[in-house]
Amino acid sequence: MAKIAKPAELLKNTGFDSVPQTHWMDTPVDFRPGTWLFPGKAESLIAVDLPNPRKWSPEDADWKLPPNWKEIILDGMRERLQRYRSFRVFMDSCVRCGACADKCHFYLGSGDPRNMPVLRAELLRSVYLYYFTPTGKTLGRFAGARELTEDVIKEWFYYFHQCTECRRCSVFCPYGIDTAEITMIGRELLNLIGCNIDWIVTPVANCYMKGNHLGIQPHGLVDSMDFLVENIQDITGIKIEPTFNRKGAEILYVPPSGDIFADPGTFALMGQLMLFHETGIDYTLSTYASEGGNFGSFTSMEMAKRLNAKIYAEAKRLGVKWIIGGECGHMWRVIHQFMDTMNGPGDFLETPVNPLTGTRFEHAKATGMIHVTEFTADLIHEGKIKLDPSRNDNVKVTFHDSCNPSRAMGLLEEPRYILNKVCNHFYEMPEETIRENTFCCGGGSGLGADENMEMRMRGGLPRANAVRYVHEKFGVNMLSCVCAIDRATLPPLMHYWVPKVAVCGVHELVGNALIMKGEMKRKQNLRFEDLPGVEEDGNE
Amino acid sequence: MQMLIALAIVAGIAAIGYIGGMMPALQFLFAIVLPLLAIAIFLVGFVWKVWSWAKTPVPFCIATTVGQQKSLPWIKQDKIGNPSDTASVVRRMAGEILLFRSLFRNVKAEIGPNGWLGYSVEKWLWLFAVLFHWSFLFVVIRHLRFFFVPSPAIVRGLEKIDGFLLFDLQPLFLSGILLLVGIAALYLRRIVIPQVRYISHGIDFVPLFLIAGIALSGILLRYVWPTDVVAVKSMTMGWVTLNPVLPTNISPLFFVHLTLVSVLLAWFPFSKLMHMGGVFLSPTRNQRANSREYRHVNPWNYPVHTHTYEEYEDEFRDRMKGAGLPVDKE
Ligand code: SF4
Ligand code: SF4
Repeated sequence: MAKIAKPAELLKNTGFDSVPQTHWMDTPVDFRPGTWLFPGKAESLIAVDLPNPRKWSPEDADWKLPPNWKEIILDGMRERLQRYRSFRVFMDSCVRCGACADKCHFYLGSGDPRNMPVLRAELLRSVYLYYFTPTGKTLGRFAGARELTEDVIKEWFYYFHQCTECRRCSVFCPYGIDTAEITMIGRELLNLIGCNIDWIVTPVANCYMKGNHLGIQPHGLVDSMDFLVENIQDITGIKIEPTFNRKGAEILYVPPSGDIFADPGTFALMGQLMLFHETGIDYTLSTYASEGGNFGSFTSMEMAKRLNAKIYAEAKRLGVKWIIGGECGHMWRVIHQFMDTMNGPGDFLETPVNPLTGTRFEHAKATGMIHVTEFTADLIHEGKIKLDPSRNDNVKVTFHDSCNPSRAMGLLEEPRYILNKVCNHFYEMPEETIRENTFCCGGGSGLGADENMEMRMRGGLPRANAVRYVHEKFGVNMLSCVCAIDRATLPPLMHYWVPKVAVCGVHELVGNALIMKGEMKRKQNLRFEDLPGVEEDGNE
Repeated sequence: MQMLIALAIVAGIAAIGYIGGMMPALQFLFAIVLPLLAIAIFLVGFVWKVWSWAKTPVPFCIATTVGQQKSLPWIKQDKIGNPSDTASVVRRMAGEILLFRSLFRNVKAEIGPNGWLGYSVEKWLWLFAVLFHWSFLFVVIRHLRFFFVPSPAIVRGLEKIDGFLLFDLQPLFLSGILLLVGIAALYLRRIVIPQVRYISHGIDFVPLFLIAGIALSGILLRYVWPTDVVAVKSMTMGWVTLNPVLPTNISPLFFVHLTLVSVLLAWFPFSKLMHMGGVFLSPTRNQRANSREYRHVNPWNYPVHTHTYEEYEDEFRDRMKGAGLPVDKE
């Protein structure tokens, strides 16, 4: 991993308040260590039939592109122009007003003008203008058009992997131009000639073959689950019995696989398992569809579909009536906006009905899948579970809206309602940085690798900046979220920018506060830390 | 530099118009052929462009949600920011098209002391944009009087509101002045704000200069060197009735105005000015955000290779059995 400068030094050169002297078209990409990601391993490309598997490095002069790479890209563009109205309208409508410019966390953190959403889109638009419009063809650079060269491909590779597809820019654009959409198309094009990153392609290959991004085989999943079950028993005295691949269950539960393996996601998963046990719902997990997340969506829509197909296929095979999805961000973009379209119709499922409250989740009647916070908020609102929020009194909590649940779904109040019921100290970050204005963790859309740590810290700066504000003002020490990628990327971000703030899933706090029937007197929270007040009790 | 080229282009067009106006021999070209051709290119080009968008499928629901979704009955949905029915989408679109709602959200990021970030309200772009677009619309509507006899009631009504101020005992149409102010502000913004200057192409200055030229020449024609309005109207009515009338007694300045307008019209469909149509067709804004409630259909959805459960079980059957997992085939 490249060494990264101290926070104070990095802060000094974010520099988005000025612009460089040279025109962006004349500035070659500087593949500086710490800012780019390693290319996809050949064997992973082969596993999912992606073209041009080879050994290469972005630092090399020769990227070993296929001989007809240019034709492939231009054909790919033509095809996508015929398939996506978004692509056409976005290519044609930008007026370069700059409203989106300072809305991108990567621009705010790096000051690199090509990280302004408008210029990120121009990287592709310039080629579109040159090859697909009369104005660009005749007027060239004056009209912002340029020829497609290998340097352009390098630039695409660099900057389309410095966009986390967070959609923040699209909130502010007067025409709704969504640079995330352009990045997605840009990455699809790059994939046609084998220019992709390993942090995406290898999880994709794992997920395709083994059912989850981490490549954990079925028995490994069972082992990990046993470990979590033991922990829950140690803490509560209750042995819960989650099942895998059980036919005839009413509900299929699909969490992001990260939550089964890595702290602090495991704590959030434990909270959900405890809740499911306490409510007695009839649910099962799947080892085959053991991944709610979908790194395929960071590759191409086709790959997104290939990975997502497992969820419905497994729901059908097991004969469940409906599905609950776990706390994950981009997973919910795919579930909410793409799944039914890609792999539906989901009409073999029923409209989800909460067996305890009788609430029908009409808003999910077509897909048959609800978000776990929708389920939990309903339970709490209808008074079906008992909570002791004082068990979370050691934390002062704020909430990070993940990009996709906020801007591609609108899941804003559900987690907040829960947080307000399960803890006594909840503080919001400034409004420019939450809800639909939320800032990305800096490592979403497959960019959460180690080798680009500097760029992650830069991209995460606006988020950290807002956390720092509530940390200093209210003493906030816990950053909660509903996203597995966040739970992997925010801890190092906090460690770097705002030490002393930890990260948790919303359901970790639910698990702590949940009063379970027959539980022993709880002494520790899900992290095996003493509950607030325990020590004083012991001293009495 | 690129900006100067843009200025030179527009100045050149204006000069050509002036010359055209000076030479009676060229008047047929400049007063009839060019305007009619421009109108034809504009209409055909605009329709062609919008058609090329409209016929392209929208394969996925990609609405950008900027408010609370519809979920539990006791959670208040933000119907405009996260519309789940058509009526709400219409309201959202009206907000975008008439009030530039997304632009109104603008906040500016700043580097504060010690390098940390701060945000402040920034409504200038919104204000200039509203000023410019609305006054442009007013001006266009006012000009409809050249194409109808008698001039439509809406035009006369608008003239009353727009021209409540008097200048030299004539009504002073505010919209024309505000149009010029708006365009000047947008121009200044483009050259003063370093980022906006950096992202600008030469061509981005062309519409600014063109419209500024049109507004300026229009104002001069009205208040300073008035032209013979009756002659102009006989010419414009000649276009409408396709019964060309060669103008007499019209000043060369008018031909500058007319030529700039013709170029703007003809160029419109090939330029970023098509954002006027694009704003109606932007999928992140004009879709319902109800993709879990109703299935969105992708017309080109094609079958893909998947790794089936059977293949998976074949690969892992022994280990699954060893871990106590149920299997389909023994
Ligand atoms: S806000 Fe929209 S129109 Fe303005 S520069 Fe950005 S993408 Fe272009
Ligand atoms: S989607 Fe997010 S990361 Fe990408 S350009 Fe827009 S604001 Fe930046």
